[in-house]
Amino acid sequence: MNALSIRNLKKTYNNGFEALKGIDLEVQAGDFFALLGPNGAGKSTTIGIISSLVNESSGSVSIFGHDLKADRSLAKSCLGLVPQEVNFNQFDTVKSIVFNQAGYYGLPRKLALQRTEHCLKQMDLWDKRDTVSRRLSGGMKRRVMIARAMVHAPKLLILDEPTAGVDIEIRRSMWQMMQEVNQQGTTIILTTHYLEEAESLCRNIAIIDQGHIVENTSMTSLLARLHVDHFVLDLADPLAKAPVISGYQIERITDKVLDVAVPKEVGLNYLFSQLSAQNITVVSLKNKSNRLEQLFLNLIDAKLAGNT
Amino acid sequence: MNYSIAYRTIVTKEIFRFIRIWPQTLLPPAITTALYFLIFGKLIGDRIGIINGVSYMDYIVPGIILMSVISHSYANVVSSFYSTKFQRNIEELLVAPVPNSIILAGYVSGGIIRGLLVGTVVALISLLFADIEVKNPYIALSVMLLTATLFSLAGFINAVLAESFDDISIIPNFVLTPLSYLGGVFYSVKMLPDIWQSISLGNPILYMINAFRYGLIGVTDVDIRLAFMMTVGFIVTLTLVSLFLLYKGIGIKN
Repeated sequence: MNALSIRNLKKTYNNGFEALKGIDLEVQAGDFFALLGPNGAGKSTTIGIISSLVNESSGSVSIFGHDLKADRSLAKSCLGLVPQEVNFNQFDTVKSIVFNQAGYYGLPRKLALQRTEHCLKQMDLWDKRDTVSRRLSGGMKRRVMIARAMVHAPKLLILDEPTAGVDIEIRRSMWQMMQEVNQQGTTIILTTHYLEEAESLCRNIAIIDQGHIVENTSMTSLLARLHVDHFVLDLADPLAKAPVISGYQIERITDKVLDVAVPKEVGLNYLFSQLSAQNITVVSLKNKSNRLEQLFLNLIDAKLAGNT
Repeated sequence: MNYSIAYRTIVTKEIFRFIRIWPQTLLPPAITTALYFLIFGKLIGDRIGIINGVSYMDYIVPGIILMSVISHSYANVVSSFYSTKFQRNIEELLVAPVPNSIILAGYVSGGIIRGLLVGTVVALISLLFADIEVKNPYIALSVMLLTATLFSLAGFINAVLAESFDDISIIPNFVLTPLSYLGGVFYSVKMLPDIWQSISLGNPILYMINAFRYGLIGVTDVDIRLAFMMTVGFIVTLTLVSLFLLYKGIGIKN
């Protein structure tokens, strides 16, 4: 079953800006789906329409088979949204923010209290339940929004840049939490500017640009299209200049660090054998850039080239 | 989906909001009206004497109570809903399966409750200065309730259309306050020259104040039935306008 079906969705704002030019999108139930795109591509408009914050110009959206227009209440009941920016009342306590949201979804008081406790504990916020939310750190505020979005146990959770501006430690813990939520059966749609995040978490991906879906496939098949990987090599001894090895593009970053572009069809074995032959000892190796980032840029560049 | 829970949640949140800030919401009207009664009712009123068969103090009590109901029911909804919009908490409601009618009913109920609460506080303070025997309690209560409803709806529309904090103070300062003062709170329109009497009859607040005055002390300058019909007509109109704005998402959706 599809958690989300979008058909020929268009949105033109009052100022004439055409944000969506007829997109089609399907997300399977249980999926962890990435919706990516550069700024102004149409991601936020798409999410806004799905979550009823923006009125569409035409087209249809259905959530778990419930049409957002014809069957609004049921469609909305299936959805939870974690917006990009903090949008709760900063003068309310953590508990009341989550509890009130349960009320908006019609949960009876006893169940609402249970769900509030469950979600706050899951987000590690139970100790902060009576704290006025404006006193929380940025990471905690993000977790409050996730707890709020999950209080009615939605089948589809939309996370709009949930880790923006949080430190790496919190980001990693939030990744783990998101994976757990997904494993418990909740479909997740994630938008993020950290492409590493999408690559690590998501199974399927759509890339939106200038109001069109330019790519919609599985993460593995998308990544398989990448022909070159970049590696950073830490060397035991300093080098005066970058070595020249046929088939590889090697750049000297510092006297003991090299950046090597490795074509997939060539691989690493030949590189290491050639470095050994030149008495260059490699101490460690790491993947330099995020692979999805490379693909993302390729796709956007290709699109721009096509337009010009 | 149990919509009554959503409604109760909004109303409870609204009540907690204005009670939490009671020094801003409940205390000022108590002090202001005590001063009105003291200065206008006691010091000046003693020199005015009888008006329409009752003492001046008794005459101004209904108008002052209803003026408090008007300003506070309006202020509650306009400030609360605009803040909700400004801080984008409105998205909490728009994302959830809460029908527009429940959103409207929730906020308007909050305004009505604050209006009635302030009205009650002012009425209790008036007991320190006046000795009023309520003539038509049902009329008084129904006028109070309908007036609070009407101005809560007006506050809601103002909040929906407002784009800045300035926009939510223009109507109360430049429309509501003058209309209230010119609506016969402190005088009978019959005391005015003919031309000003005719102009005053175009002020809807005049009808509400007189209807309430009739309910409280049995004195009025206008036809009570007309006052009720006018108030109900405004309520129906403003309800439809509010629902239209919510349906279209004007002022609250991109």
